[in-house]
Amino acid sequence: MRKMTYAEGIREGMSMRMRENSNVILFGEDVGKFGGCFGVSAGMFDEFGEEMIRDTPISEGVIVGAAVGSAACGLRPIAELMFVDFLTVGMDQLVNQAAKMRYMFGGKITLPMVLRLPGGGGTSAAAQHSQSLEAWVTHVPGLKVVYPSNAQDALGMMLTAIDDDNPVVFMENKVLYSVKSDVEDEVKPIPFGKASVKREGSDVTIITYGKQVLDSLKAAETLAKEGIDVEVIDLRSLFPLDKDAIYNSIEKTHKVVVVSEEAKRGAFTGEIASMIAEERFYELDAPIKRIGALNTPIAFASNLESYILPNEQDIVLAVKSLF
Amino acid sequence: MKITNEQIKNMYETMLKIRKFETRAKDLFAEGKVGGFVHLYIGEEAVATGACANLRDDDYITSTHRGHGHIIAKGGDLKYMMAELFQKETGYCKGKGGSMHIADATKGILGANGIVGAGHNIAVGSGLAIQHRKTDQVCLCFFGDASTNQSTFHEALNLASVWKLPVIFVCENNGYGISVSQAKHQAITDVSVRAAAYNIPGVTVDGNDVFAVYEAVGEASSRARKGQGPTLIECKTYRWRGHFEGDPTVYRPDGELEAWIKKDPIPRLEKYMLENDVMTEEEIAGANERIDALVEEAERFADESSMPSLESALQDVYTDIIEEGRVR
Repeated sequence: MRKMTYAEGIREGMSMRMRENSNVILFGEDVGKFGGCFGVSAGMFDEFGEEMIRDTPISEGVIVGAAVGSAACGLRPIAELMFVDFLTVGMDQLVNQAAKMRYMFGGKITLPMVLRLPGGGGTSAAAQHSQSLEAWVTHVPGLKVVYPSNAQDALGMMLTAIDDDNPVVFMENKVLYSVKSDVEDEVKPIPFGKASVKREGSDVTIITYGKQVLDSLKAAETLAKEGIDVEVIDLRSLFPLDKDAIYNSIEKTHKVVVVSEEAKRGAFTGEIASMIAEERFYELDAPIKRIGALNTPIAFASNLESYILPNEQDIVLAVKSLF
Repeated sequence: MKITNEQIKNMYETMLKIRKFETRAKDLFAEGKVGGFVHLYIGEEAVATGACANLRDDDYITSTHRGHGHIIAKGGDLKYMMAELFQKETGYCKGKGGSMHIADATKGILGANGIVGAGHNIAVGSGLAIQHRKTDQVCLCFFGDASTNQSTFHEALNLASVWKLPVIFVCENNGYGISVSQAKHQAITDVSVRAAAYNIPGVTVDGNDVFAVYEAVGEASSRARKGQGPTLIECKTYRWRGHFEGDPTVYRPDGELEAWIKKDPIPRLEKYMLENDVMTEEEIAGANERIDALVEEAERFADESSMPSLESALQDVYTDIIEEGRVR
């Protein structure tokens, strides 16, 4: 067992595959000598050189498009957008090209590409550098979407993402980049579509992913002191989705809170909630609670940003409201 | 320009294939046998033909919504194309793509594309893959004049020039972005001037002269294959039909179409071939009969093929996941 930051986990996953396969390349803004805006690719330029670690111009459209085109022609590219917010500029290439080409072409093309998208708030980066846009991408058939919460998952899921023959949207959380956690010595790919039960409990299920896994685990400790036994499920993979893990837990606890950092309106948590309501309504003995950010852009001032984003206390209050 | 008589004959047959396939598609659309959006290439045959005559099977192309000509010129099979227009399971896309999304990875055809300007960036990716593998392949990117106003055009030319990617950007300037004339959609006459902004060669040629296109793309491809980077080639041409079938073309000035029909690239090539003893009248007639038969065969194949199964709607979204169907 060793300690690794979330950023190091992502880097190790990319590096492992690049050492094995020269068709795996990384490109994006400042990913080269600079090491990436958040240092995720630090040192990779020196190890792999400028042909495998390529700095691009500030052109999100062609960053995503070049991933599509190079994947269609036999590479296994990893493209990084500096912030998930900049996906708006490359959206056509992801939604209308990457996600649809295989289907439109009758299954006769494969697109093994990974698009890395750092997101989330909490850094006083204001409205254009703090969003959580999971709902936009999970909505699109043809994409796989994953969102690790710790170094082990970041590493193992990056291996799986690179090995996958489909476009994978690899969402990363900026606040988590520097968070250290345990990583097993034996490194293995972590299959998509398998949730992780981070804490077992019998009274209520929290379904979450990304940074909110950490917040939910803290909330669970607080609630434990008050006699509420919380189960925390880290989805890890938003599509494919581990419905069994969700339903098994609900059949045990009969109460559920779904947590993410997205603006609550139209959030991916709404999809989870509606799915549970459709398929496991009679297992529930309380309404489904959803927690998200307020339906505003993310503000700059730290007190406003803290007010807008969900936190541990919001989770505690939501759980208590079910009892 | 070095070109053999055999190459000229092949180019002639390719132009005929495009013209006859498109003419039949037009009629089938009018008869209601072909639905959806159909954007025809009639009048622009010399561009795809002259350009693709420089390409090998392992070279790539990206295409547009007006893609039939590109696909035929790159070696696409008329049967699978027609079957796709007929929405049949035997079509190139198993009936899931239609006219705007025909692709054939085995021929390096990275797809027609329904988003104007989307091919530019995909071509850059293709060029990146070629450069990374250090082969002497090229990717040829077809697009229209109006797509050069999309950000993708500028992003793609910029990156292709910075990285010296083996991409040939071939602009088919047919004078219109749907209904808006070039004069109204950009303040330039020659799209090729935009190459200067990216420090790459830019040339304008007569897009109805198959030899001029062949020569310009030949120079660009030999540059690209030697690692000397991209070229922008503008081919001035004209689409005889509307933007799509059903377009009443009220925006065209009187006499414009007629003037361009006089510049039809096909009789122009026939005249050259007769004057230079490349083909005889009889051989030309024979070629026409052969291509007519190919188009008829394609239509028969399409007609006799089955519609796709409903289960197939759920397939090919992913390589390894079949989506859930609807319970009724």
